[in-house]
Amino acid sequence: MSVDKLKRTVSGLIAVSLFLVSGAVLAEYPLNLTEGVTPTSHRVYELHMIILYIVTVIGIAVFGVMAWSIFHHRKSKGAVAAKFHHSTTAEITWTIIPILILVAMAVPATKTLVFMEQTGDAEMTLKVTGHQWKWQYDYLDEGISFVSALAEEDNAARQRNSGIDPNTIDNYLKNVNNPIVLPVETKIRILTTASDVIHSWWVPALGWKRDAIPGFINDNWTYIEEPGVYRGKCAELCGKDHGFMPIVIHAVPKAEYAAWLEEKRAEQAAANTGADMSMDELMEKGKAVYSANCASCHMPEGQGVAGLFPALDGSLIATGPAEEHINRVLNGLNLMPAFKSQLNDADIAAVITYERNSWGNAVGDMVQPADVKAAR
Amino acid sequence: MSYAAVHDDDHHDHKPTGIGRWLFSTNHKDIGTMYLVFSLFMFFVGGAMAMVIRAELFQPGMQFVDPQFFNSMTTVHALVMIFGALMPAGVGLANWMIPMMIGAPDMAMPRMNNMSFWILPFAFTLLLSTFFMEGGAPAGGWTMYPPLVLQLGNGFPFLIFAVHFLGISSIMGAINIIATVFNMRAPGMTFMRLPLFVWTWIITAFLLIAAMPVLAGAVTMLLTDKYFGTAFFNAAGGGDPVMFQHVFWFFGHPEVYILVLPSFGIISQVIPTFARKPLFGYASMVYATASIAFLSFFVWAHHMFTVGMPLTGELFFMYATMAIAVPTGVKVFNWTATMWKGSMTFETPMLFAIGTLFMFTIGGFSGLMMGITPVDFQYHDTYFIVAHFHYVIVPGIIYGILSGVYYWLPKWTGHMYDEKLGKLHFWLSTVSVNVLFFPMHFIGLAGMPRRIPDYSTQFTDWNQIISIGGFVFGLSQLILVWVVIKCVRGGEKATDQVWEGAHGLEFTLSSPPPFHSFTTPPKVTDAMAHS
Repeated sequence: MSVDKLKRTVSGLIAVSLFLVSGAVLAEYPLNLTEGVTPTSHRVYELHMIILYIVTVIGIAVFGVMAWSIFHHRKSKGAVAAKFHHSTTAEITWTIIPILILVAMAVPATKTLVFMEQTGDAEMTLKVTGHQWKWQYDYLDEGISFVSALAEEDNAARQRNSGIDPNTIDNYLKNVNNPIVLPVETKIRILTTASDVIHSWWVPALGWKRDAIPGFINDNWTYIEEPGVYRGKCAELCGKDHGFMPIVIHAVPKAEYAAWLEEKRAEQAAANTGADMSMDELMEKGKAVYSANCASCHMPEGQGVAGLFPALDGSLIATGPAEEHINRVLNGLNLMPAFKSQLNDADIAAVITYERNSWGNAVGDMVQPADVKAAR
Repeated sequence: MSYAAVHDDDHHDHKPTGIGRWLFSTNHKDIGTMYLVFSLFMFFVGGAMAMVIRAELFQPGMQFVDPQFFNSMTTVHALVMIFGALMPAGVGLANWMIPMMIGAPDMAMPRMNNMSFWILPFAFTLLLSTFFMEGGAPAGGWTMYPPLVLQLGNGFPFLIFAVHFLGISSIMGAINIIATVFNMRAPGMTFMRLPLFVWTWIITAFLLIAAMPVLAGAVTMLLTDKYFGTAFFNAAGGGDPVMFQHVFWFFGHPEVYILVLPSFGIISQVIPTFARKPLFGYASMVYATASIAFLSFFVWAHHMFTVGMPLTGELFFMYATMAIAVPTGVKVFNWTATMWKGSMTFETPMLFAIGTLFMFTIGGFSGLMMGITPVDFQYHDTYFIVAHFHYVIVPGIIYGILSGVYYWLPKWTGHMYDEKLGKLHFWLSTVSVNVLFFPMHFIGLAGMPRRIPDYSTQFTDWNQIISIGGFVFGLSQLILVWVVIKCVRGGEKATDQVWEGAHGLEFTLSSPPPFHSFTTPPKVTDAMAHS
């Protein structure tokens, strides 16, 4: 009861200060950590609130003493300075009491941390790979793999002076083209790693974030209690489009998840039959693949960024022999990632054909999925 | 100059004139002035970058700059503020005050003093010239984490060598301060009679000597990784990108105390003066400062809890971090006890000192929260941490520096500053700094990551409030420039003691003090030191 009362008082105080700041509606102002939807996030939220209350109480006490002193012990009120300049008792007291408070805080903190680190007994494993600037998800036991990037609508609006009002887009910068679908009430092991620089995979509703580090694999776990859509973002600065690689989880009941798995498997098989495509098909698919995977560095018109990312328009690779072009896309070079693990044969064939026949480039040849397959 | 007239008559080294006075200066006061002016200039350079950041974040969508340039702004803002504004301000105050506070004529190594200052403009020319290079200015964060930092274009070696130069400058400054305090104290000025500002600076200087070479080593490894084919931080070559973070933060956490301890020292001088009461618990203040400095070498990994350490590692760094709250608490309680039953007046230096006391403590609370590992998994890399370290740095460290500037400005110039303008500066800054940084706690908790140039629309209102606070705070600092210029030009004559409650050797000298502070060492008694 008393905690509830305190909660009401504190939120009342915050509401008042909010009103003073702006006079606007409280609901529009996000204020606190989410309680989340996992056992971990509930514990983390509780721990956060406990510590927040402790420091608030200490703050009120310490600031209260300071304020009392400032108002009463002033020369203008005729205060005469006392002469004391130390007190061993006082100093020992205010060393011991903080130590006791800290120990009291360390106990629940340790328990929560131990709970969070129990990654064993998972029922399924999701591998998350950070790329500049998108996420790749591999369902290790289910054989599903896809790349998830900022949704096109958001991407268009976030371009400088795009003329599109971000307020017209629901969940601006928190929409992706391929959301992750996960079952509820399942212990899921989540592995994080990266291909280029360090990223950090963070969905607040799960209660933690963890860095995705090239060459290393971190393991974590989650257990989502309620179906819903949970959104997050990359939390570690990873280059120019760090702010534009969101995460979306659709948590669904187990049966629905099983159906989604079937559908996704069929979709992936259909997308990668290896059959030849026409020039129009290649160019159309290539444009989409280019804007999702290549345009953030090589720029939408293939002009590149001087000193950082080479132009494709008129480049030796994009206008030279197709074999070298395929090799570069498959295996990467320096900052350029190896796309062989991210894109299928049809995607790579299409994007190479597109690059060789767009802007000022007019090689005129077609690269087919079979060529890519042969080069892998 | 009455003191100089009496004691300086058999010297021929009269104050040099013209540009040579500054270029070839070996005088602690002139070099101190150059450090402080340089620091003020860089404060506005870094502040201008913050204004670009806040303008871009005023509303969602990209309006003014590209994401890459935005990242350069956050990165270089931090480098300029830390290495260009805060550290030189601390060294500048040390230069001006330490010889006067310990009864010495000058610093122990005046030519090295000159060199350690003049390295700074060159270092920042290197750093800021990267804005005009192919590939642009550093944009991987001031923490320079690989592999991202290795993607920088032609500016990369300039960044590395700028950091090397800054490190060399700091180490020379630190050696000079240690040599001065250890060798040039007046008779009777024992270590436990040193003013707290001198104590905090000795400890800071040892931290600098211990920490800066570590940073130099870390960035040298980056350089060889980029150009000489080593793989210290490249997993594909058997290296470890996380090792850089360990090495960097082994420097980085002591660096936090390098920045803050001088400010702690300043308010330990200012609060007793205006409370007209001796500092409470002098000895425990010294020990608490030393403990904080010692512990600062054992907590570095709390900056990187999310990299995935073993459970035991996470627990160790959590407990060690929490332990720092104890000596820090002692300091806060001692300052409060110094004010308690005093006879306080609230001139501008006291206002800024009390500002430090309140708002550094707020930063301390959020710091304690982030020391709790499991919750830090949520707080890490959000605006909550941005709020935390800005509370520590701006109304904590910078307020401490401002308190010192207002406190000693009459001593330096011989004139009282304009008290009304000083108070206006304080109140405008204090209201705006809280409007600027307090809401960052809320948006951080609600899920806004740091270092992003554009955000989801739910954060719009807070960001607008924050930006307005930022613009007002930035403009308010122009008042400081006006106060300083006005005070240098003239004003009411300052007495030698300047403040009614002021004690210490610096206040036995004339205002302004003679060119060579103490040519005859004063005798220091216990009553003088602790009154």
